[in-house]
Amino acid sequence: MEFFRQLWEVGRYLPMLLRASTVNLELLGALLVIGFLIGTLVALLQVYGGRFLGTVAYIYEWVFRSVPALVLLFLFYFGPSEFGWYISPFLAASLALGLRSSAYQSQIFRGAIQAIPTGQMLAARALGMSRVQALLHVILPQAFRLAIPGWSNEFSSVVKDTTLAYVVTLNEIMRYAKIIMDRRYDLAMATFIMVALIFLFFTYSGNWLLGQMERRFRIPGLQMPGASGTVL
Amino acid sequence: MNALLVVEDVHKRYGKEEVLKGVSFQVEKGETKVIIGPSGTGKSTLLRCINRLTEPDRGRVWLDGVEVTSPKTNINRIRAQIGFVFQDFNLFTHLTALDNVRLGPMRVKGMKKDEATRLAQEELARVGLADKADAYPAELSGGQQQRVSIARALAMNPKLILFDEPTSALDPELIGEVLQVMIKLAQEGMTMVVVTHEMGFARSVADEIIFMEKGVIVEQGPPAQLFSSPKHPRTAEFLRKITELYGGEG
Repeated sequence: MEFFRQLWEVGRYLPMLLRASTVNLELLGALLVIGFLIGTLVALLQVYGGRFLGTVAYIYEWVFRSVPALVLLFLFYFGPSEFGWYISPFLAASLALGLRSSAYQSQIFRGAIQAIPTGQMLAARALGMSRVQALLHVILPQAFRLAIPGWSNEFSSVVKDTTLAYVVTLNEIMRYAKIIMDRRYDLAMATFIMVALIFLFFTYSGNWLLGQMERRFRIPGLQMPGASGTVL
Repeated sequence: MNALLVVEDVHKRYGKEEVLKGVSFQVEKGETKVIIGPSGTGKSTLLRCINRLTEPDRGRVWLDGVEVTSPKTNINRIRAQIGFVFQDFNLFTHLTALDNVRLGPMRVKGMKKDEATRLAQEELARVGLADKADAYPAELSGGQQQRVSIARALAMNPKLILFDEPTSALDPELIGEVLQVMIKLAQEGMTMVVVTHEMGFARSVADEIIFMEKGVIVEQGPPAQLFSSPKHPRTAEFLRKITELYGGEG
């Protein structure tokens, strides 16, 4: 019963936590956009970039998948000040987590692009499209559809990663949770359970949205195995 | 150089294997040329060398006086003038039949959307699929898909259409509807080069038949002559085998 009383008490801080969580959502938006754009570019370079650009793309992907997220955050936040540049916590976190996510997203997109039968590219080129046109109008629209399930997974992962930005002094939810904890140590447990519940909600609604997108963009007649409960 | 298409001494090698060992032929405007021959003799490779979906190692190709194989030629502009119909259709799976047909005119030729839509509807009607404009490829039968892909080629108003075994991936009962469309096109004066095993089609529609084997043209001539009195024993043997397999009228 004591625990529920604590939870009730933390409820007073809920508006503050929710306000702080919008910073997490902004960071999420920024890092997803960076990750999506660069991830798509990296995937295209890996598949179509030829030897030199392809290798560059692979090295990029390898680096950003290998370095721990916290290390990247510190590097992007404290690194620029070595050269006398000030970088805001939000920008540092967006870049660190965005570039990291781009490496993971690139692999989701690369797999999806490679799953498109070569005949699609051939047919587009046979019509007289340039390679870029073929990618834009034929390959990517199909690849992005295929990528949605894998991308949902990456989404669930980076939603949670936004709390790491706490270490570069971004005023996001963890920072406020820590403030509550510092003031009322007895409420620590209840506070972090509240934070956990907020993230359960974020992940759930994000995945629900992506599920809707998957249904919305499903190609009629082409059922993804298992997507609609069909058993093969 | 009056012929619409001139293919001169085309060679292609994959690793050790020389798939095309110097193939030359010409196609006049309005002519239907049928290429026959055993599997793996380079017929499909030859078609792809014509619009450089496969880059020939040697030899030259001209379309309407323009050298296709010249490095200075903008190959995309050449390809826009050459229709290509694939064995396995290769319709864009994420687009409706209508969008498949109007994509080329809009994106390659820069045609306005409403104009391209009208054109696409006309071409779909021409292949008997006016009522399937909103269907996606996966909702169509193989025969219907192949007819959409012919409409897609037609919408570019090509000087020439290349058919790469257009009925080989179809169930037997669906072959007829595709051949009918092709026969109609030939009668309307479309210039076509068709790789096929459909001997009935070859016999009734072709102006000339080319028999290829092991990367070379063994024999060519009008169907009546080639079918009744082939000059080369290999041609005779191939025709006998294929007739046993598919029946006389294919």
